Amino acid sequence: MYLGRVVGCLWATVKNPSMEGQRLLVVQPLTPELKPTGKKLICTDWAGAGAGELIYWVRGREASHALLPAEVPTDTTIIAIVDELSVDRNAAARRKTAAAAPPGKPLPAEPAGAGTGVAGEPIYPGNHGE
Amino acid sequence: MLISRVIGEAVATHKHPAHEGRKILLVQPLNLDLTDRGDAVVALDGVGAGVGDLVLLNTEGFSAMTAVGRPPFSPIDMAVVGFIDHIDLSGLQ
Amino acid sequence: MILARVVGTVVATRKDPRLEGKKLLIVKPVSPEGKDEAGYIVAVDTVSAGFRETVICVSGSSARMADGCKDTPVDTAIVGIVDNARLD
Repeated sequence: MYLGRVVGCLWATVKNPSMEGQRLLVVQPLTPELKPTGKKLICTDWAGAGAGELIYWVRGREASHALLPAEVPTDTTIIAIVDELSVDRNAAARRKTAAAAPPGKPLPAEPAGAGTGVAGEPIYPGNHGE
Repeated sequence: MLISRVIGEAVATHKHPAHEGRKILLVQPLNLDLTDRGDAVVALDGVGAGVGDLVLLNTEGFSAMTAVGRPPFSPIDMAVVGFIDHIDLSGLQ
Repeated sequence: MILARVVGTVVATRKDPRLEGKKLLIVKPVSPEGKDEAGYIVAVDTVSAGFRETVICVSGSSARMADGCKDTPVDTAIVGIVDNARLD
């Protein structure tokens, strides 16, 4: 599955009959640090996601499984709304350093994780710099 | 499958029922030199992996859904299916 | 799915019999803002799209779930014509 943000929606009156009734949302894929990555795509929506929400979507044949028993020809479906992310790209390196440090000595300063601030601190979606 | 590192977790209260009861992991696929390969993805946990673990990421739907104990036709396309103990690349020369 | 613009058609007289009677369109991916993107795809048309229309394309085995594409060797199908896109 892939992280993304809902950035718009589509209207399409003329559709294949098996697409009837499906909401079509424009999604911008994101890195775990919430930076845009790659091209925007169009997703069907299981989760009822609203504009600006952080979501994750499933790709391929499994995308149509989310909408069963309707047989919808979709290869990208939003299946969850993300409340909270916690990201720590340096956990493994820190474990190694902790194992190597002689007992009683303080650990060296943690390298800054990309975009995480303090390692492991939750990054809340929709944080608009308040 | 891809050699990957677990780099985080996600919490999602509103999610498809097939995703209930499993940790939602943020997983970074890696190259053979353990540098990042592309973007990180979201995968369900099949083995009790935690942040920092080097793991096997499966990216095929049927494999992923059965690895986390869900029936066929679940909307799951990625799962962590094992821990990597050791990598031997002596055949690369 | 992606958005794409219809830029041409393909005629193929000798082909898999399951493709008989299917319209094959050449589409060029576009961003939701309307900017052209690289590459092209040949897609089976299920909605009678016309030249220069912006359409919605589904790829992979899901394309075979579209009405009119069941049990046909299709990997990309056009499943809608875009009226309007609103970006926040």
